Amino acid sequence: MSLIEITEVKKRFGDNEVLKGINIDVAPGEVIAIIGKSGSGKSTLLRCINGLETIDEGSISVAGAQLLPDELHLKALRLKVGMIFQGFNLFPHLTAGRNVMLSQMVVKKTPKAEAEGMAKKMLERVGLAHKFDAYPDQLSGGQQQRVAIARALAMQPIALLCDEITSALDPELVNEVLSVVKELASEGMTLLMVTHEMRFARDVCSRVVFMHQGRVHEIGPPEKVFANPATPELKQFLGVIH
Amino acid sequence: MNYAFDFGWLFDYWPVLVKGILITVELTLVGGILGVSLGIACAWARALGPRWLGAIVATYVELIRNTPFLIQLFFIFFGLPALGVRMGELEAANLAMVINLGAYGCEIIRAGIQATPRGQFEAGASLGMSRIQTFWYVVLVPALQRIWPALSSQIVIVMLGSAAVSQIAAEDLTFAANFIQSRSFRAFESYFVATLIYLALAIGLRQLLRGLGWTIFPRRAAR
Repeated sequence: MSLIEITEVKKRFGDNEVLKGINIDVAPGEVIAIIGKSGSGKSTLLRCINGLETIDEGSISVAGAQLLPDELHLKALRLKVGMIFQGFNLFPHLTAGRNVMLSQMVVKKTPKAEAEGMAKKMLERVGLAHKFDAYPDQLSGGQQQRVAIARALAMQPIALLCDEITSALDPELVNEVLSVVKELASEGMTLLMVTHEMRFARDVCSRVVFMHQGRVHEIGPPEKVFANPATPELKQFLGVIH
Repeated sequence: MNYAFDFGWLFDYWPVLVKGILITVELTLVGGILGVSLGIACAWARALGPRWLGAIVATYVELIRNTPFLIQLFFIFFGLPALGVRMGELEAANLAMVINLGAYGCEIIRAGIQATPRGQFEAGASLGMSRIQTFWYVVLVPALQRIWPALSSQIVIVMLGSAAVSQIAAEDLTFAANFIQSRSFRAFESYFVATLIYLALAIGLRQLLRGLGWTIFPRRAAR
């Protein structure tokens, strides 16, 4: 059974139809890279999956539960699907540890001591146990992004959405984040990532989705998509990238 | 100039002065704490709350910001009893200051909220927090940090503005100065001393607010 079912999803911003009928089924444990030019709708698709954007037509369901735009359903969905952003979006007034603890305590009503234990465990998982008391502005971009990953993981989601999570990083910091993601993938976490890291997509992902003008233009295992692109658009896109 | 300065007699009136200072301090504390709280609630309503509530708050804010504090005070103390709402001069003074700071504070704090990067709201939402939770735990503290200097100034302005409450016979520092002046006929000395005390109170309040800022906001403001 699919973990995430995206069926005929359409999304418009005013007159501009950004998603023109998207169908993707994601199996548990799959790691999916979504690639494409800017403006192709890949970030919008990801944001629709956890309800940061509402969809105009079609349906999205996660683990059998339909995505509905009221606060109760959204909360239930967001407990299952974590999201990591390009700009990290850590809370600047809280330490790394507090960043990871906050939503556990506020949303899940986890007792403080337990939340703290979980925060320590998750920060350790991303290699930042020693930064528990550091504030975001005392961390490098790569470290901030890893705290953001720990923060999402602490809610124990069944899938993670990664929206260009290395695009705001200096080149030398990209790998420390990708290696954390790689480890999550090997542990069986379901991942949907919008990414420009083609090599990472090729090495780690089970399937690659190429989006073009609001549609899934090509989809398949990385060896096929990268080695034998079927459409001129993908050929051109890969040509531009390399 | 043949006015003979004489401050010696002031000591006869020190209980009046002390009482005046205490009342001014009390008005400032209550007005500051409740006024800022009201300002936060109103700022939430205007920036993030339901539209109908935002409209009501906007009316309140504009009403207060476009009328004199003295008239607001008179309305509460002399006007409301006509509707059966009676209160003592201290209650009226406190209420007027809370309502006044609430309106000005609302606009200042709203600016801080609206400068919040969208990603902060999205991070809160993506972690399952409700809009109110995101506001309370994520948005509010950095928003206050952004506008803390402006809000501090407004609190000091309200403290100095509290001099107006002497007009409804609330026995604050200005009331004390007027009283001493009318008894001693030593206008210069009376108001000179009151001026010095207000100056000291204002500087002290600014330092207090600055220290409070350092405690509440341990990190420098985010860009």
